[in-house]
Amino acid sequence: MSQIIHFDPDQDFKARSRTAVNDPAQRANFRGAMDFLQAKRRGQFGDQDELAGLRAIGAAIRQNSLAKLPELLELLEKNLTANGIQVHWAETAADANAIALGIARRVGARNIAKGKSMVSEEIGFNHAMADAGIDAFETDMGEYIVELAGEKPSHIIMPAIHKTKQQIAALFAEKIPGVAYTEDVDALIRIGRQVLRGKFAGADVGLSGVNFAVAETGTLCLVENEGNGRMCTTVPDVHIAVTGIEKVVEKLEHVPPLYSLLTRSATGQSITTYFNMISRPRQEGEKDGPREVHLILIDNGRSQAHADEQLRATLQCIRCGACMNHCPVYARIGGHAYGTTYPGPIGAIVSPHMLGLNATYPLAFASTLCGACVEVCPVKIPITDILIRLRNEAQAGEEQASLRGSGAGRSALATAIWKGWSLIYSRLGIYRLTSWFISRGHKLSPVSQGAWTKCRTALKPAPKRLRDLIRERRS
Amino acid sequence: MGQESARDRAYPPKPGDVYLYSTCLIDQFSPEAGLDTLNLLEREGIRVHFPDGQTCCGQPAYNSGYPDEARAVALQQLSLFSQPWPVIVPSGSCAAMMHHHYPKLFASDQALLARATELAARVFELTEFLVHVINFKQPDRGSACTVALHTSCHARREMGSHETSAALLSTLDNVDVVVQDRIEECCGFGGTFAIRYPEISEAIVSDKVASLRATGAERVVSADCGCLFNITGRAAKQDELAGIAPPTLPGEHIASFLWKRTSGIPS
Ligand code: SF4
Repeated sequence: MSQIIHFDPDQDFKARSRTAVNDPAQRANFRGAMDFLQAKRRGQFGDQDELAGLRAIGAAIRQNSLAKLPELLELLEKNLTANGIQVHWAETAADANAIALGIARRVGARNIAKGKSMVSEEIGFNHAMADAGIDAFETDMGEYIVELAGEKPSHIIMPAIHKTKQQIAALFAEKIPGVAYTEDVDALIRIGRQVLRGKFAGADVGLSGVNFAVAETGTLCLVENEGNGRMCTTVPDVHIAVTGIEKVVEKLEHVPPLYSLLTRSATGQSITTYFNMISRPRQEGEKDGPREVHLILIDNGRSQAHADEQLRATLQCIRCGACMNHCPVYARIGGHAYGTTYPGPIGAIVSPHMLGLNATYPLAFASTLCGACVEVCPVKIPITDILIRLRNEAQAGEEQASLRGSGAGRSALATAIWKGWSLIYSRLGIYRLTSWFISRGHKLSPVSQGAWTKCRTALKPAPKRLRDLIRERRS
Repeated sequence: MGQESARDRAYPPKPGDVYLYSTCLIDQFSPEAGLDTLNLLEREGIRVHFPDGQTCCGQPAYNSGYPDEARAVALQQLSLFSQPWPVIVPSGSCAAMMHHHYPKLFASDQALLARATELAARVFELTEFLVHVINFKQPDRGSACTVALHTSCHARREMGSHETSAALLSTLDNVDVVVQDRIEECCGFGGTFAIRYPEISEAIVSDKVASLRATGAERVVSADCGCLFNITGRAAKQDELAGIAPPTLPGEHIASFLWKRTSGIPS
């Protein structure tokens, strides 16, 4: 007899977020980090008019990319190929891993040095390689810390942001042979650096993500601060880049405004320490660089978002992380509670296309719709409107739903409550009667006060409604 | 969303008549805020019309992902304002619903969209109306006091009315406005969010209460009842658990606060 495992994403999310809000040390970590990042970003955008102008440009560039997506991808493939970079197309995460594995096997790779790449997290790259007996190891400091701890990134820009320096000190002392406990941040960075630098020499393949793929020139742009990205893309003989199909931009001149928006929104930097532009493998007579460069273009649900006029804006994202840095919910529960590769507001709107709405719909509801994310998003994604749309989809009956894997958020009770609510508030006679009853202390409110009064005093209806008071005053 | 839209808004000259759209929360839970809105407007010589057919703007269902139910309720409100008078809403959140989201809600029906767009253009949040249309300036008759202003997220980010609320308070000579840490952060209400994820909501509102308490303000003033109920309800629960009375962080709708101070009624 087969066993049915009951999987309830809403209960799971509630359990994880409850654990997170009840962890004061982690709450303090996130609060401190978010305050810091918010202040850094603010420092970059003192001039509101300049910011408004730049955001308008950024949004327009990304919208242009998405409007011409099929043509631009073809052009990108053509120009990359002409430059000697091999292009591969992957519809799913499994396809992408299979392609990477095929390359790794062909060149006899035993290990892969990884630069920071959220797409590689999205497709479960390390796992897939490990299953095939290949050691894929992280070379970004944050990713390395998270890998050492056996965890996943809690933030798309700063993977180990949930950890204090004390926790990292203890982790290094425990896991790295010959390292003594130290809380000196510079010393910790030196230790990590030493370990990581040593690994490049023996790496057979280097893996990286892509920030912008320029169609007209066939150039892959990579933004980073540690130099490990440059090492991964130049030291090993083979470089594999993985990216989502939405990362294409039409022209080289589109890169500077997006780059500026990205670094200033993400970490409050005017520019990063490294900016790599990869346009071809090693040529005859050149002394360094990889002999093969591959780009794997991954769909993994993105074309579903692209096909929908409203949801397409989701793909404008340049993965700066500002939306999570300013999210009151993310600041309280942290990245892991979301249970998805991409947490925070962007995670809530992009994950349904990758994992299905049924598995991810609670994230769309885990927002106060305060709009802080919309205010800071450098490419002006209407995140709250998309969250509301996903709420609609999650609760729509099968005939109305337009996304795959939806409807799991539908609850007969909630639907009945809102139907009742609608009836009360759309028929004046019924509203008059029920609000009159409520004002006399009867419990007819469509929303239960149970969850409200756990931490608040109860709402008390006024003895007379405004409409009664106005009538009395004017009679 | 975004403050660019709020700043660019064109305002009409002072009208002779306005509609008051009081919101369901004020009607049922805080009617004095509605009466004080009426007082503020009538003192300026404006005739205030209160359509009796008003119920709720529909935002609770709209934000909860029930667009059909929201539309049914919003449709009832669309038919209330047949004269071309401004519609004054003493809530940034409900004003934003009518000003920004009604056109989206009725986007698929040309006739209704036209009506929604026409109405949206003359919906004003109370404080933006008082500042930009009335040019409000009344002598402060109250005694010295210290308050903190909390602006709802929709008021701030969709109506830009955090600026007009602050501007109104700054006209009161005896009122010292103190500024809490992370003033622009949400209070954690979020409508049904507070019911659906009570622990996360509690974490957010507890931080908001702490930052308000840290200012030493005697009360918190806001143009939105939802936030006020959330913040003062949390603070009162803390008082209750600590056995403290009366409430150490009371709240007041900005309409009542303005009216009492400028008409000489003690708060
Ligand atoms: S949604 Fe906007 S703010 Fe969030 S990561 Fe993407 S670009 Fe940045």
